[in-house]
Amino acid sequence: MHEETKGSKAVKWILIGISFVFIFLMLILPLITVITEALKQGWEVYSQAVADEYTIKAILLTIEATVCAVAVNTVFGLFAAWVLTKFHFKGKKLLSTLIDLPVTVSPIIAGLIFVLTFGRQSPLYPVLQDLDIQIVFAVPGIILATIFVTFPFISRELIPVLEAQGTDEEEAAALMGAKGFTIFRKITFPHIKWAFLYGIVLCAARAMGEFGAVSVLSGHLRGKTNTLPLHVEILFNEFKYVPAFAVSSILVMMAVLILIIRSVVEYIGKRESDDVR
Amino acid sequence: MKKANKRVIPGFGLSMGVTLSILSVIVLIPLASLVVFTANMDFSEIISTITRKRVLASFEVSFITALAASLINAVMGVILAWVLVRYDFPLKRLLDGMIELPFALPTAVAGIALTSLTADTGLIGGFFAEFGIKIAYTRIGIIIALVFIGIPFVVRAVQPVLEKLDPSYEEAAGVLGASRIKIFWKVIFPEIRPAVFTGFGLAFGRCLGEYGSVVFIAGNQPFETEITPLIIMSELQEYDYASATAIALVMLLVSFLILFLVNLIQIRNTKILKGGN
Repeated sequence: MHEETKGSKAVKWILIGISFVFIFLMLILPLITVITEALKQGWEVYSQAVADEYTIKAILLTIEATVCAVAVNTVFGLFAAWVLTKFHFKGKKLLSTLIDLPVTVSPIIAGLIFVLTFGRQSPLYPVLQDLDIQIVFAVPGIILATIFVTFPFISRELIPVLEAQGTDEEEAAALMGAKGFTIFRKITFPHIKWAFLYGIVLCAARAMGEFGAVSVLSGHLRGKTNTLPLHVEILFNEFKYVPAFAVSSILVMMAVLILIIRSVVEYIGKRESDDVR
Repeated sequence: MKKANKRVIPGFGLSMGVTLSILSVIVLIPLASLVVFTANMDFSEIISTITRKRVLASFEVSFITALAASLINAVMGVILAWVLVRYDFPLKRLLDGMIELPFALPTAVAGIALTSLTADTGLIGGFFAEFGIKIAYTRIGIIIALVFIGIPFVVRAVQPVLEKLDPSYEEAAGVLGASRIKIFWKVIFPEIRPAVFTGFGLAFGRCLGEYGSVVFIAGNQPFETEITPLIIMSELQEYDYASATAIALVMLLVSFLILFLVNLIQIRNTKILKGGN
């Protein structure tokens, strides 16, 4: 390493200082604000807001939507990543563009296209009406919107890992007569397990926090179609600041937990790949 | 012979089937309904909707604020990536982990936290209010919310490129007597430029469509601080699906354009990395 001159040392600490000030002001201070505002009127008000009937219902609906999104996107992510990395076929590029599409679309537009698909003016509406299924302004709409906005999260984590790994090992196993699922379980999965876990964590994080798309499809019925972020919005717009921040603090804790899991997963993943080398 | 080689690995049919089925239900059918709905609309109706003064003003607000926020993020992103890759300092892991917070924290929570911080009664807002600068409920407020949302994009795009960059080139330039500023612009920046543009493009696209964090801090004054996604939202709440769709089409067009440019840069970049022209 080249020797550090006095000048480069000064530059180093100035840049580190700028980074810390920026991250503190933009990211850490808002987190602290949520906690202090939530506890402004003491524990009692806080726990009352968190244990409120509508808050509990919002938590349950958020969990429901998150679990559905993670489940669907896990199945999709594994199959899509397998198809896109282990085979050559026409239209591959188009397929991968279509998979990435949902994250490039504004959440409001994501909500809009589901309203157009299943709403009152849609040709599907009479059919759904006959079957007594309501999607827009109901729970199924919220779940669909959540799946949509998190759609590529798992496949996108898996694809680069699988691409780097290549297809030689799978081809060898297949030539020796191993079945598809055995190949996946014994050969492919050990390579992708940390990326896979990370994808699930990212997907869950985004799913539980989705606001725009869910807001379009929810209809904002308290206790029925209100997720946690929507509940925060209602409370805040009613000037109930302490309850709004109290409910937010639940989401902050989940976010911090997700960041910790992410760091641990990344750390273990890195150490394992170093061990292999 | 070659064709037979391609499909040694089993599971193509099943994986492709599952991938396409889920893709159809979640992405293709909803998108198709947008196309069908648009096809039934009058072209002059679309034009008159998107040239309404209020709509045009919202395009301007969205564009300017997203551009400003992405530029700030491009500069800060390069500094943060540089600091994280090249320097060792206490709390480095914490800083690295925090970068991902905007992905993990629900946008609505970020929105209300930043609003209460930057309102005249808040910690930061109160400080600036003494100098007569208002942050919340102005365009500055929107920019701050968008900076928050866009932080991870540039950092995460530049970081891997910097990690691979061999410091010996900089040392050589230093030995030959180049100043640090010159080394940065002539040796380092050309290497990371595609990554910076990619991160910038992704952040810009995300900022244009952002809704959750902005609605709280913007104040939503028509012609002043009303962003395009908010206009779509209010058209939807009035069940004016035709207007909502017309405005959404403009946004979709812009985000596809951004995506196209980002892909172009990435393709060129991989060509350079692989040693072609």
